[in-house]
Parts: sequence; structure tokens; C-alpha cells
Amino acid sequence: MEHQLAMAKQSTSEPIDVHAEPLKGRSYKTFFRAEEGENLVYPDSVEVDFDHSAEFDAAEMDTSAINVRIRELIGEGHGHIIVRNPGAKHSLGVGILNRLKLDFDGSLGYFGIGLNDGPNVRIRGRVGWSCGENMMAGTIVVEKNAGSCFGAAIRGGDLVCRGDVGARTGINQKGGTIIVGGRTGMLSAFMMQRGRMIILGDADESLGDSMYDGTIYVGGDIASLGIDAVPGEMTDHEAAFLQRKLDLYGLKAPNGVEKLQKIVAGKQLWNYDNLEPTEKKIVL
Amino acid sequence: MCGIAGIIHRNKTGNVGAEMTGMLQAMKHRGPDSTGFAFYGVPTEGELLLRFKVAESDDLDSGFEIHELIKQRRAQVDERIESMGGEIQVAEAPTEYAFLYRLRFDPELDSLVRLADYIEDVEGAEVLSIGNALELVKDLGDATEVSDQYEMGEFVGTHAIGHTRMATESDVDIRSAHPYWAYPVSDVCVVHNGQLTNYWSKRRELERTGHRFLSDCDSELIAVYVAELTQRGKSLEEAMHQSVDELDGVFSYLVATSDALGLAKDTMAAKPMVLYESDDCIVMASEEVAIRTVFHEEIDTFDPYAGEVRVWSTN
Repeated sequence: MEHQLAMAKQSTSEPIDVHAEPLKGRSYKTFFRAEEGENLVYPDSVEVDFDHSAEFDAAEMDTSAINVRIRELIGEGHGHIIVRNPGAKHSLGVGILNRLKLDFDGSLGYFGIGLNDGPNVRIRGRVGWSCGENMMAGTIVVEKNAGSCFGAAIRGGDLVCRGDVGARTGINQKGGTIIVGGRTGMLSAFMMQRGRMIILGDADESLGDSMYDGTIYVGGDIASLGIDAVPGEMTDHEAAFLQRKLDLYGLKAPNGVEKLQKIVAGKQLWNYDNLEPTEKKIVL
Repeated sequence: MCGIAGIIHRNKTGNVGAEMTGMLQAMKHRGPDSTGFAFYGVPTEGELLLRFKVAESDDLDSGFEIHELIKQRRAQVDERIESMGGEIQVAEAPTEYAFLYRLRFDPELDSLVRLADYIEDVEGAEVLSIGNALELVKDLGDATEVSDQYEMGEFVGTHAIGHTRMATESDVDIRSAHPYWAYPVSDVCVVHNGQLTNYWSKRRELERTGHRFLSDCDSELIAVYVAELTQRGKSLEEAMHQSVDELDGVFSYLVATSDALGLAKDTMAAKPMVLYESDDCIVMASEEVAIRTVFHEEIDTFDPYAGEVRVWSTN
């Protein structure tokens, strides 16, 4: 057991150079450098041609068949895939670790587009609970409404819903940007750790409850702030960033980005990333 | 987990039998243990619809005497109905142990209470529903099986609610299946997805006011709770708002009366519900994939928010 633990420490820490610099509490360490090209793609990812598109009708297909068909088309080098009539089925378009333009011409059910790293996805309909869960990179744009737990635990990329979303939006968000065009439900940004959430409409009760870090911007009314969520000061740099981000998706803050309310962690509950260096080695 | 669904046609009737069967079958993965339907037809003046059972479906495997026992129990029920002045117009037996009677009977609440209590005094008997419009069926199996068994696929009516159950805290039997009739109020019933954490304290309160519980399923409490408040003069919407404040736990539930359908979500919005509204039809379900069995084309759906209560009438 001790031997295995020692091996695990060695094999996980050394190749990615975790401890190349002294640890001083919270760290924004860069794990990959741009010049390390081979580390920026997955070993089994496929070169796709974005001018090479394909589409299929999913009306009579089940979830597994639809996901298998998407993978087959990626394997054939299609860079743009259109799925017609997804019919609000669950768990569609998940686990894609490849560059890809993926369009769903209709609504998705629960757990759509989760565990993704790279694709740019557009949904011309609504999504159910837990859309984009654990997304690492890429973009997801939902043209209508979204259910609860939208963007749960995302780590990167942009997750956009033009309509209203349900409760617990961005619960445990660890990075990336979530943009909501309308209203968001209660306990949004609950236990948020990093990243940004931009809500252009109203936010329901307990916004940002127990958030460790990250930033929330709200264009409408906030029913109530959660524990340890406090107002912050908007900077010019942030306002410019927010404007650029909203412009990307053709969205507008109701009274201009400068008027967005900024919410941050009061850090009275904060102990995230405060591990001792020795504890951190074991965790990582 | 459980799945619930509801549909209401406004100012018209529809084939709610086929619609509800399709919706619940699409959510079979949320609970395959039992399925229940509450269908509302056009109210019949002067005629009472009584659905009851005198055994559980798996009692049929319990011995050679059960078939004779079922006959004896049904005969006892018939005698008791007639002894109370009831007149059985039509008697249907979709299964060996569950029955639909069309009765001439005094519709006053006190009389209905006495009728229900008297029938349920027969060993193994349970009144599933009493009303002028409501027909409640529930049994073990998925939606298609139960719908076929009770021949409900062609039912035409104004609205319906249904439930597909994954048993968690009570048994896999008809008694623990939804919907629950809101004893003793005619034409009111409930389906529920979730868990009540103050079930026992609320149950004791309601038992002290004279209500009876036939199961240990927390969903039955919602039906009885709503019945109690409406009996005390509250509107359906007021009763449901009060339930959101007083019932502790996580839940989405639907309640139906002879001319209305209501939806309530707990204050944590912890249980799913998707809603579609058009001018003449409102459909709701735990998952949109169920709604899409009624509306195949792209539609605009949304989630009701935490603590939300909504009620729609048939006109």
C-alpha cells in the first residue's frame, strides 16, 4: 500500500511539474504551456475539417445510437455535425474531447453536453437539468430556456443560455463563464469556486451562497444574497471584458455592463486551497 | 425517483387516456414498480363513479382460496352499498380484484365518508376513488401494461394526472402506488415526486381530525392535507400555497379536481418539473421527453421556480 501511494505521488506529480515553484496558499499555476502542443490535445482526438459537414435525423434513434453516430462522424473527419429532432432525449453530445462544431436542431433532456472538452455546441431549443456539467473547454449556446443545475461544476469554456434557467445554476463552478440571458433560480453559484457568472435578468434567493471565489454579475434584481456573498467593486478592466464577452454572443446588459451588480465571496468561510504543501502533494 | 405528469385541455376534451399512457411510458426509467392514472371525464350528474379493489395483485399468488375470497369480499361490498341506499347501475371488472361501479347514491360528503369507511371495513378492500368525473386506476407494471389491463387507452376527458413509481420508503403494492384519492372529498387526487420529512407529525395532526391513512406513503399525506384544507373552506390554490409553507421536504406534486389541475414545487426547487402552456392545452411532467410524446414538434417549455404554485381550470 505504501509503495502504491509512493508510486502514485511520483507518477501524478512529476510529469506535470506540480511542485516546480514554492506553494504559497492559493495558486494559479499553469500546467500546460502553449509550446507543449502535444499536451493540448487528447491522444485519440481526430483532425476534423470544419468545412466538412454532416447531418442526421435523430427522431427514431435512442441516446446511445445518437452519441455513437456523432462519434462515427467525428471519426470520418466531419468538423460540423447537425443533429435534427433530438426530441429532448437525455445525455446527448456528452464526453466529446475533440474540436467540433455541433448543432442540435431542437431540445435536449437531462445531462446534455456534459464532460466535454473542446466542441462548440449550439442548441436551437431548450435543455433540461445539468446541461454542460463538468465542461472543460469549448462553448455551449442554448437558444431557449434551461433547467436546473445549468453548468454544474464547469471548469472552463463559455456556457450561454439566452432564456431563463432553473435553480442552482453553476453549482460548484470551478472556472469558465456562464451567461444567462434571463432569470436564474435560487441558490445559483452555490459553492462557486472560480470563474464568472453573468446573469442579465433577475436572480432568485441565496445567490452565491457559500461561494469560495469567482465573480457574479447581475443585471436585474437579486432576491437575496447567500451566506458569505457580498457586493464587489466593478473595475474598468472587468467592464471591458464583460462587454467583449456579451458581444461575442449578441447579448446586452439591460443598463450597460457598468451597471451590472458585482458579487464576490466575503471569504469569511474561505479555506479553499489553504492546504499545507505536504497535504497538497497527497491530494494531487 | 418517480415520474409525474399532468395534462389539461381547456374548453374541450381530448384523448387523455392515450396521452397520459404515452407520457408515463416515456418516463418508465424513473420508476418501473407501479403506474397510476387519474382520468377526468365529463362529470355525470346524479351518478357516482366508484373505483375500489378487494385484494392486491400479488395476493393472487398467495393460495388457492384467494379467488373465492375475492368473490366473497366483492359480494360484501355490494351488500354494504345497497344497505346504505346505493343502487349499482353498472359494474365493471377490469381485473379480478379491482372494480368500477356506477352508482346512484347520496352525494353529500357525510354520506360519502360513511360509504368509503363501510366499504374499507371489508377485509382487503380499499376505495381508490369516488367522484362524478374521476376514474383512478393503479397497479403494478409500467404505463402500457396498466393502461391495457384497465382498458384506459381510449379514455376521453378534460384532464388527467399520472405517476410512475420507484418504491423507496414503502412497499411495491397497489396500496403504495399513486395517485392518491383525497379521502373523503370526491374527485380530488394527488401525484407526488419527492419526500416529506415532517410526514409523521403532519399525519398525526390529520388523524386527530378524523382522517384515515391506508398506506405509509408520504404522498398520501399531501392528498389528505389538501382535502382537509379545502373542506375548511380554502380554495385549491390557497391550500397548495399553504402546503408549500407547511410541508417540509423536497417535492413536486400535482393535484386534480373535477374541473382544475394544480402544480406545486417545494421551496428548494429540488425536484424536477417541466411545463408547456398553450391556449388550449397545458402539459407538465418530470421530464420534457414525456411532454414530447404529446407534442412532437419543437415547443417552448420551462421549469417552474422554487415555491411556485399554479392552478389551471378546464374552462
